[in-house]
Amino acid sequence: MAQTEQEILEGLANIVNEETGVDVADVQLDKSFTDDLDIDSLSMMTIVVNAEEAFGVRIPDDEVKNLSTVGDAVTFIKNAQG
Amino acid sequence: MTVSPKGTGTITGATGAPGSRILGVGGYRPERVVHNSELVAAIDSSDEWIQERSGIVSRRYAAPDESVVDMAEHAARQAIENSGLDLAAIDTVLVATVTHPYQTPAAAPILADRLGLRCAAFDISAACAGYCYGVGIASDLVKGGSANNVLIVGVEKLSDWTDFSDRGSAFIFGDGAGAAIVGRSDRPGIGPTIWGSEGDEWQAIMQRESWMEFREHPDGREFPALTMQGQKVFRWAVWGMAPVAHRALEAAGVRPEDLDAFIPHQANMRIIDAMLKQLKLPADIPVARDIHETANTSAASIPLATERMLREGIVPSGGLALQIGFGAGLVYAAQVIELP
Repeated sequence: MAQTEQEILEGLANIVNEETGVDVADVQLDKSFTDDLDIDSLSMMTIVVNAEEAFGVRIPDDEVKNLSTVGDAVTFIKNAQG
Repeated sequence: MTVSPKGTGTITGATGAPGSRILGVGGYRPERVVHNSELVAAIDSSDEWIQERSGIVSRRYAAPDESVVDMAEHAARQAIENSGLDLAAIDTVLVATVTHPYQTPAAAPILADRLGLRCAAFDISAACAGYCYGVGIASDLVKGGSANNVLIVGVEKLSDWTDFSDRGSAFIFGDGAGAAIVGRSDRPGIGPTIWGSEGDEWQAIMQRESWMEFREHPDGREFPALTMQGQKVFRWAVWGMAPVAHRALEAAGVRPEDLDAFIPHQANMRIIDAMLKQLKLPADIPVARDIHETANTSAASIPLATERMLREGIVPSGGLALQIGFGAGLVYAAQVIELP
């Protein structure tokens, strides 16, 4: 089921918070996972796998490097949900 | 024209043991301790950064003139001694390694010769799964009647194959050897091996280029060290391998709460922690964390961790351990074993 951008952002923020402890309110569309949220590559992969399960999408390994901001991830998930 | 078999002879089959078990383990850690601080300059990093990403505090590196076979011999002699067997009782030698620097011949016959043996000897190339592949093969050799006492050694000199300028792998690897003796038993002491490969991902962990490619441009080319796609490997190791571990338990008829130890390949502490989260094992089961001071020694990591846990009294002799190896290939193998 397709979700709105806001719903995806909220869901993603919870996943990021659970893996890294980053405050949910800090997970905003313009934030960079590495530079702003200080998330390393292995935590990023855990977030990706948990997001796949939560949003019912597939995020290929090769796509992960293109998801530099939270907004990139939200857009990818939204498009993947169709 | 048709030909018919003579039909005058019949083959006598081999007769194996009803079961197999690990009779003893041994380990060898090279003398030189290498702390993260020694490696950080080349990758513009810090001790803290390495520990956060891998859990590794230090590792051992073999001496320049210390070979894979040298290390294997130390571990092998200790395992034989701990097994209580005479050296002459060993009738098969298996060496799991990807860092023996000769394409030909294998390390196993050289090791056998060092031990004064003339028995069957061959190498297993299954990277970080090599030891578990070897234990599975050894168990079947004993049960099939091809061998009575198999020496299996996991050994690596990864420092020779490390690109010290690669931020993704420079700090990951260490050197060492671990060994086990697999012998006859009246009852199963080694559960069924759950193993497999995913060769479509062969480039996830690989020697950077083949020897043929390297030979084409020898000038100014970097030695083809190991390279790894960390994120891809992490996903596969955690979410791909947890179900394999569960299948090994199921195949052995052992419940998670029956385990006395969980001994995963020491790839990266983050992988171990994330895998534990997926496995949902009871929290009181001791988990191998030898990676702190040993780093990732590929085929040697599981027997080294096992030897340490037994020596330190963290796990009981006769207890049940779930072991799982996974790595370049990609290949994997897991089984439940009774600790010697």
